[in-house]
Amino acid sequence: MKDVSKWYGDFQVLRDISLTVGTGEKLVICGPSGSGKSTIVRLLSGLETHQVGDIHLHDANKPGDIGMVFQSFNLFPHLSVLDNLTLGPIQALGLSRSEAETRARGYLERVRIPEQAGKRPAQLSGGQQQRVAIARALCMEPKLMLFDEPTSALDPEMIAEVLEVIEDLAAEGMTMICVTHEMGFARRVADRIAFMDAGEIVEIGQPEQVFKAPESERFAQFLDKILKH
Amino acid sequence: MKFRTIALISSLLLLTACSAAPGTWGWYVIDPTTENGWTNIRFLMRGFSSTIQISVLAAVTSIILGLLVALPAFAQSRWLRLPNRIYVEFIRAIPLLPMLFWVFYGLPVVMRSMGINISIDPFWGAVITLALSDSAFTAEIFRAGIQSVPKGQAEAAQTIGLSRAKAMRYVILPQAIRRILPPLANQFIYIVKMSAFASVIGMQELTRRANELVVTEYRPLEIYTLLILEYLVLVLIISAGVRWLERRMGADESR
Repeated sequence: MKDVSKWYGDFQVLRDISLTVGTGEKLVICGPSGSGKSTIVRLLSGLETHQVGDIHLHDANKPGDIGMVFQSFNLFPHLSVLDNLTLGPIQALGLSRSEAETRARGYLERVRIPEQAGKRPAQLSGGQQQRVAIARALCMEPKLMLFDEPTSALDPEMIAEVLEVIEDLAAEGMTMICVTHEMGFARRVADRIAFMDAGEIVEIGQPEQVFKAPESERFAQFLDKILKH
Repeated sequence: MKFRTIALISSLLLLTACSAAPGTWGWYVIDPTTENGWTNIRFLMRGFSSTIQISVLAAVTSIILGLLVALPAFAQSRWLRLPNRIYVEFIRAIPLLPMLFWVFYGLPVVMRSMGINISIDPFWGAVITLALSDSAFTAEIFRAGIQSVPKGQAEAAQTIGLSRAKAMRYVILPQAIRRILPPLANQFIYIVKMSAFASVIGMQELTRRANELVVTEYRPLEIYTLLILEYLVLVLIISAGVRWLERRMGADESR
């Protein structure tokens, strides 16, 4: 990602963003709302377009190579959990139903809800729904996983179960970019943390370093605010 | 269910009560126990088949037309969306009766001027007009139904690699259809009632037959009352079907 800028009408959401994420790297992006952090992952996932600059995604060459997990899950309510997972592999990757189901059941195991395969999304808790959404993205065997505030819509007691699944994934070496306010999680998982404000990456570095001694005033204030409670 | 039964029974009771008052009502015209009355009833009832045929054909055509008109509304380009708006605004603005006259008397003239020699009989004149007139509304029902599916659904479909067409087919339409079917069914009831206009271009459906019988028997009150009951029965059957459909879909949603 090099010198990327994006506008919504007259409003500039991203200003000259340059960012490189290596294979296997885990990047956490944080920052106040409206800072453009979600826009970055939405650009990388291909959901939005930018006006200036280049985005280059290595080894993303088949559908679903960039996995995306949304704040609001966006599961398909008319399909069972299993059908949510197999839709992409069958329709976009051309797998047979039995291959897709084997794969789907494997990933449901990974996100620790194999017993919910036959249910509808509405019958699951928020935490379970988000884990299904993660499994749905994993079923496409992505090279890069994007998380857009995956725990922001969850009740506090469900946040941990989702973060644990993401941490497992990180431990297995998945490349990931995660927008989140969960600083404990960031500290445990991230190779680097980027702090964004007003469409710019204000500061980027290793968690130990940036948490201990944030270089910029804005990041220090932000950390102060969200760590207070 | 209860309400419909009550409505039907009370209207029948009302009719019996009215018929008791001497001098105002002459039910003999449609008294099934007399030969003449029974012949009259059969004459009126034969209109059902035309009314139903016209309505069903018009509804099916209107749904196909409506979907074709609705789809460009989701195009990225303004210029592709424009035909949708023009069609809907234009067709919606034409009252049914003038449109029926135009199709029945005017369309063959237009076609002839283009070298196509066709005559439109009352049946097809009614079907074309009802379908055309209704299609603007079906198009809007489709558009609203598809738009009611949250944007995140299309986005999620895109991130798992589905093309726009496949996302529409497997993700958007199955969800939209729940919101489309009930108003579409209401629209069908509307078509059934509006098919009465076909009588003015000579189609022998329910209303036309009632008119003809009134001319020979001169008992408008009884005959038109029976006519209204005929439509009532048709509409009640359809709306029972709609309820059943809605219940089934509701059950489906929570399964």
